[in-house]
Amino acid sequence: MNALRWSTFAAPSRFYALVNAVNPWLWLLAVGLTLAGLYIGFFVAPVDATQGNSYRIIFIHVPAAWLSMVLYLAMAFWAAIGWMLNARMASMLARAIAPTGALFTFLALWTGSFWGKPTWGTWWVWDARLTSELILLFLYLGYIALVSSIDDVVRGDKAGAVLALVGAVNVPIIYFSVVWWNTLHQGATISVTAAPKMAQTMLVAMLLMTLAFWAYAFAVVFTRAQALALERERDTDWVRGLARKEMK
Amino acid sequence: MNWGSPAEFFAMGGYGLYVWGAYAVCLAAMLVEPWLTRRHRRDALSAASLVGDDS
Repeated sequence: MNALRWSTFAAPSRFYALVNAVNPWLWLLAVGLTLAGLYIGFFVAPVDATQGNSYRIIFIHVPAAWLSMVLYLAMAFWAAIGWMLNARMASMLARAIAPTGALFTFLALWTGSFWGKPTWGTWWVWDARLTSELILLFLYLGYIALVSSIDDVVRGDKAGAVLALVGAVNVPIIYFSVVWWNTLHQGATISVTAAPKMAQTMLVAMLLMTLAFWAYAFAVVFTRAQALALERERDTDWVRGLARKEMK
Repeated sequence: MNWGSPAEFFAMGGYGLYVWGAYAVCLAAMLVEPWLTRRHRRDALSAASLVGDDS
């Protein structure tokens, strides 16, 4: 028996098998946590004193916005690991994260817009928080366009890593934008240093939805990484064996 | 319980358009993305099975 080491799942074939084992549970978690979060969010959490029921957008807006930032950092991290250590699976993971990160960035902007209209009276305003989040969307799209435009995958991975790392400075700018600039966007609702500024049930619903989005993001990114591994390693025995077995 | 009737629930206290407009797009996106991703994987697998044939 070989000992399990950190690098064990760095082999695409092992990663592929691991994802097959983990993903059903991730989907179960995503659906279960979503149902629980939405139940508490819509049927237990009370109406907000100042914003009425429009505040209920928070249960998808904040999780989407958090994930948009965390996924970018994860993408930059794996791209850097792939670049420095020449780890194949790390580079594939970075590429697999990008579309899901872009989607959550879009959803953060979309749900924010639908929340901004009734509370601020406008769908969009060029303030620091909204603009830096829009830049995040462009960084994701730029990364996707860049890596897919370079035929040599190794060179594409390296170019993508440079872009991802340079763009990472935007993430703290988004996060602190509500502190650094005068903006329409409200400040952080919860932080590690202060008590949450919201009712307990609202907070529970938001955290459940955040965990649900996390499980979703893991599952989708893992599946996409599997697809990328199959494409890149199509000349290897493990992919051929798998393809023969599946296509029968 | 926050809502006296289904109609009240869908009205969201007058914010129905905004709440459901946000949730509908979010739900649609999170159904379509996994579907596209699984299709991507299935296509990659069938493409890999073709590579084996001509070698």
